[in-house]
Amino acid sequence: MANSFYFINIIRFTLLVLLQVMVFNRLNFYGFINPMVYILFLYWFPIKENKSPFIIISFLLGFFIDFLSDSMAINTVATVSIAYLRPALMRFCFGVNYEFQNFKITSTAKLQQLTFLSLLILIHHIIFFSLEIFNLSYLLVILKKVIATSLATWLICLLVSSLFSVKKK
Amino acid sequence: MQQIINFILRYKNTLLYVFLLFIALTITIQSHSYHKSKFFNSANSLSGNIYQTSFNVSSYFNLNQENKRLLEENLRLRNILFNQNKLLDTVISDSTTNYTVISAQIIKNSYAKPMNYITLNKGSKQGVAQDMGVINAKGILGIVENTSTSFATVQSILNTKSNINAKIKNTDYFGSLIWNTEDANTVQLTDVPRLVKLHVGDTIVTGAMSSIFPENIPIGTIKEFDLNSSKSYYKINISLFNNMTNLKNAYIINNIKREEILELESETTNGK
Repeated sequence: MANSFYFINIIRFTLLVLLQVMVFNRLNFYGFINPMVYILFLYWFPIKENKSPFIIISFLLGFFIDFLSDSMAINTVATVSIAYLRPALMRFCFGVNYEFQNFKITSTAKLQQLTFLSLLILIHHIIFFSLEIFNLSYLLVILKKVIATSLATWLICLLVSSLFSVKKK
Repeated sequence: MQQIINFILRYKNTLLYVFLLFIALTITIQSHSYHKSKFFNSANSLSGNIYQTSFNVSSYFNLNQENKRLLEENLRLRNILFNQNKLLDTVISDSTTNYTVISAQIIKNSYAKPMNYITLNKGSKQGVAQDMGVINAKGILGIVENTSTSFATVQSILNTKSNINAKIKNTDYFGSLIWNTEDANTVQLTDVPRLVKLHVGDTIVTGAMSSIFPENIPIGTIKEFDLNSSKSYYKINISLFNNMTNLKNAYIINNIKREEILELESETTNGK
């Protein structure tokens, strides 16, 4: 059980990093939209796990993406931040339920899952593009990028997650 | 003491987060200054090899188009060669060559970010070093920023840090070429004085002021121009000859005399 857990997460980690770097970073839809699918890793990661390893793993995830895409460390900053905020976001989306032992993300309402994913994406993108542009006089550009890329990321994440959905037992 | 340990245990996630955030922010802020982005660049062997593998696969898809482009370039160069009077008489000796050229392939390119970098599959093993110019058949691409043994990252002209000397063709009026991040096919030329007569469609080439690029390498044509707020300099939009979104081959230019020039310049400024 424990082995398969590590196995699945390592595979997922590698595949998401490669998918992001090789495919989605080159998409340049409309010239600037590059969806960031690797956020799915944070969405999929089990809730029961300790929070500190989770933050470190998220740091590594962002780190690898940055390492491969010449983007300083802005992916790392954004990913670590949503990893840290994730428990708070879950409490917001799923209520106190999520702290119970038998809580499963797949057993919650579709709307709650969608809100959770959207919030993760939105916060990530706001941090990411603010740091990337790093200039408040380009506020409109930041907004445009956040909104357009969030929509694209959201759509792709939904497609990918429905493609590889966890089977209900 | 007990309280401190309790405090750390209680807020260990927050402390961890702040610590990691601090590391990441430090790296980000450091990379904002020129030549400091030593670590996060795709010239390292891990990312270089990943991109090389991916390039090996994807390069097959438009071989046809790329061949046509190289053929056109050959045609143009042949035309120049055959119309020279001293055909094949010219002996290329060490004293007359100023530049050597290394060919390379582009294995990674980006153009949608404010700071774009290109990765080439030639590195210090082939003689590539920092601050060499990178061009292709149509015009300039950027300047080499980092090298590893077999890869190099190039600071694209589509980078807010980029600042290249450029001039209006057949004149000696020059300015600096920058990018305002808005459009991947448009760059800006600033610091051209208002007394210069400009026309839409004029060609912009690299200037003689830089020790990186040879003079007269094409960049683009003037799309529109306007005076800046102080009304003394022009703000010129240039549409590039190159399509920066679709690049495959590049040439790296090594100015042999560059070190001599730099040495002389630093001697002059320090010797005052």
